[in-house]
Amino acid sequence: MNIHEHQGKEVLRRYGVSVPEGQACFTVDEAVAAAEKLGFPCVVKAQIHAGGRGKAGGVKVVKDAGAAKAAATEILGKTLVTHQTGPQGRVVRRLLVEQGCQIARELYLGMVVDRGTGRATMMASTEGGVEIEEVAARTPEKILRETIDPTIGLAGYQARRLAFGLGIPKDQLGKAVAFFTALAKAFVDLDCSLAEINPLVVTKGGDLLALDAKIGFDDNALFRHADLRALRDPSEEDPRETEAAKFDLSYIALDGNIGCMVNGAGLAMATMDSVKAAGGTPANFLDVGGGANAEKVKAAFQILLSDAAVKAIFINIFGGILRCDVLADGVVQAAREVGLKVPLVVRMEGTNVEQGKKILADSKLDIISASDMQDGAKKAVQAAGRAS
Amino acid sequence: MSVLVGKDTKVLTQGITGATGQLHTRLCKQYGTQMVAGVTPGRGGTDFEGIPIFDTVAQAVTATGANASVIYVPPGGAADAILEAADAGIPLVVCITEGVPVLDMVRVKRVLDGATTRLIGPNCPGIITPGACKIGIMPGYIHKPGRVGVVSRSGTLTYEAVHQLTLLGIGQSTCIGIGGDPIIGTGFVDALRLFNDDRDTDAVIMIGEIGGSAEEEAAAFIHAHVKKPVVAFIAGQTAPKGKRMGHAGAIIAGGKGTAAEKMAALERAGARLAPSPAQLGTTMQAFLKEKQLLS
Repeated sequence: MNIHEHQGKEVLRRYGVSVPEGQACFTVDEAVAAAEKLGFPCVVKAQIHAGGRGKAGGVKVVKDAGAAKAAATEILGKTLVTHQTGPQGRVVRRLLVEQGCQIARELYLGMVVDRGTGRATMMASTEGGVEIEEVAARTPEKILRETIDPTIGLAGYQARRLAFGLGIPKDQLGKAVAFFTALAKAFVDLDCSLAEINPLVVTKGGDLLALDAKIGFDDNALFRHADLRALRDPSEEDPRETEAAKFDLSYIALDGNIGCMVNGAGLAMATMDSVKAAGGTPANFLDVGGGANAEKVKAAFQILLSDAAVKAIFINIFGGILRCDVLADGVVQAAREVGLKVPLVVRMEGTNVEQGKKILADSKLDIISASDMQDGAKKAVQAAGRAS
Repeated sequence: MSVLVGKDTKVLTQGITGATGQLHTRLCKQYGTQMVAGVTPGRGGTDFEGIPIFDTVAQAVTATGANASVIYVPPGGAADAILEAADAGIPLVVCITEGVPVLDMVRVKRVLDGATTRLIGPNCPGIITPGACKIGIMPGYIHKPGRVGVVSRSGTLTYEAVHQLTLLGIGQSTCIGIGGDPIIGTGFVDALRLFNDDRDTDAVIMIGEIGGSAEEEAAAFIHAHVKKPVVAFIAGQTAPKGKRMGHAGAIIAGGKGTAAEKMAALERAGARLAPSPAQLGTTMQAFLKEKQLLS
C-alpha cells in the first residue's frame, strides 16, 4: 500500500526523521491559510501517488499569499501526467504546503528489502533528485549500500560509513547518523516495503531534511497496523482494484479486451501469457485465490463484467482446493444475476471437474468450453474478435 | 527415493485445529502420508481423527519422532511457528501460509542461517513424492510416480505442469512448490542441486515468475552444474511494470525481473523453454525422447 508524501512525512516525523514544516490542504483557502502561517517563501506540492510531479507542473515555490492562491488554484483539480501515472494522468485532490529551505546539496536515501540477501538494505547516493534506477544503470558505483542485520538494526558504524561516503562534513555527522538510524527504525517498525527520501537535502544552515518521502507498506503486514490502514486513499486506486480487494481477490486492470478469471497467481499470469500468444490482449489479471467460494467467484465475475472494454471472458481454473463445482455454481449465479453480455469461455480441470461441467451444461447458459489452456485462449480471442 | 520426502517421512501439522489444517491433514493422511502429530497451543492431550495433538512442537517430536512439519498457522503466527519447528530440530519445515509479512521472513531467514532446518515456502503448495508422501495442499490424484522433478514458484501452475506430464504418461520423482513470496526458504538453486544429485530423477521442469533474480541465479547454476535436461517456463510475460501480480514476489521493479530477461538467461544456460504454459508437458516429452530417456 502506498501513501501520500505528506502522510509519509508525518509518519517519519514521529520517528525523529527531520522533515520540513508543512500542512496537507484540500481547498485553495486552506492552502493560502497554511502558507501564511508557515511564512514565505513556501512550496505548494501536488499530492498524488506518483513521482515526477515537479516536471509535470505539480510543484510551485511561492513568495506571497497571492502567488500561493494562484498556485493552489492551478494545481488542485489538475490532471498531472508524469512518467509514473500513465498517459491518463492523475487528478490532484490534495496539496502539501510546506516551508521552503535553502538547499546546499541534494542526496538520495532509500530502503528496501533485498531479495538476494533476504535483508533490509539502506542505499544512499550523492545523486539526489535523480531516480535511483537511473543512477543504478548509469553509475552503479555511486550507490552506497548497507545490509541490515535484523537482530541489530542499522549499526552505528554503518550509518557513519554511509555519511562519510556521502561526503558529510564531520560537524554534520551526528545529524546524519541520527537521520539514517531513525529511518531504519521506522522502516522496520512500520513494516515498510519501500522508504525513499529523494532528495534528502543538506540545507545551507547544515541541517538534513527529507524534502520528499515515498513510503510503501507491506500489504501482508497491514493487519497489525490499524493506524497505517487509515492512511489508504481509495481515490488513488483503480475502483475495480478496490472492489476486488474487499472480496480478497487479487485484481489488476490492464488495457486489453479479454477478461480473465483464474485461480492462483502463477496460473493467472500464465493465462494472460497464453491469451497474448493467441494474438489477444488481457483486460486484467484476476486471481480468485485457492480458497474461493461461490460468493467470491460471483464478485469476481461482476468486476469483469463491469469493465466496458471486456469483449470476452476466459475462465481458467485448475481445481485444487477450489473445487470446480463451487466455481461453476458461482459463475452460473453471477451470470443469472447480472446477465451475460459477452461470450464466456471456460476451461476447467481438477477436483470435481465432472460435476462442474454438468452444472455449466445444465444452466443452459451460452458457454464455450475449452479442452485446455491454449484452446481456451484461442477461443476467447476469436470470440472477442467477433464481438467487437 | 527422489528428494527430501518419502515413505519414511513422519509429518506433524502445526495449526491442526484450524479448518485448513484439518482438511489437509486428512487429505494427506488419505494419500498415504504418515501424519503422526498435530500442534495447537492449548489443545495438547486431545486428538484429531486419531492423530495426537500437543501443545508444543518439541513435545510432539519427542513423543512421535516427527521429522517434518507442515504449517497452516495464520499469517501473524506463521513466522513464530517456523522458529518453533526449527528450535525443536525438525529437519524439514513446509510453510503453506499465504500472506506472511516480509520482515517476519527476514528475521526467520536470519535465524535459519546455518541451522540444520530446511524451510520450504511460505506461500507454497508444499512438496510431494508421488505415491509415497504428500505434504501440502496439492491435489494428490493428478500426480504419478516417475522420474521428472518439478520445481515452481507457483501453486496451480505447478498442478497444470504435473497434470500435463501425467496425461502424457510421464511420472514425477518429487514436486516442490518453493512459494511466491520475495523471501523464501528453499530456492530454485537448492532444489536444482537436490534433483541433479538424485539418482531417481532424470530431468527437471522449472517454473519461474517475473520479479527478483532467482531464475537468473538458477540459470547460472544450470550452466555450471546441471547435466540433466531442464525444461523451463516463466509466467508473467505480459505483466506490466511496478504492479504486484498476486504473489508478493511477482513484481517487475525498475524494469528488472522481466520474463524476457529470465527466459534468455535460462536458454543460454541450456534449458529448453516451453513456448506456452500449455506445452510444458509436450516440451519435456520431446526433450526426454531426444535424450533417449523416454521411448
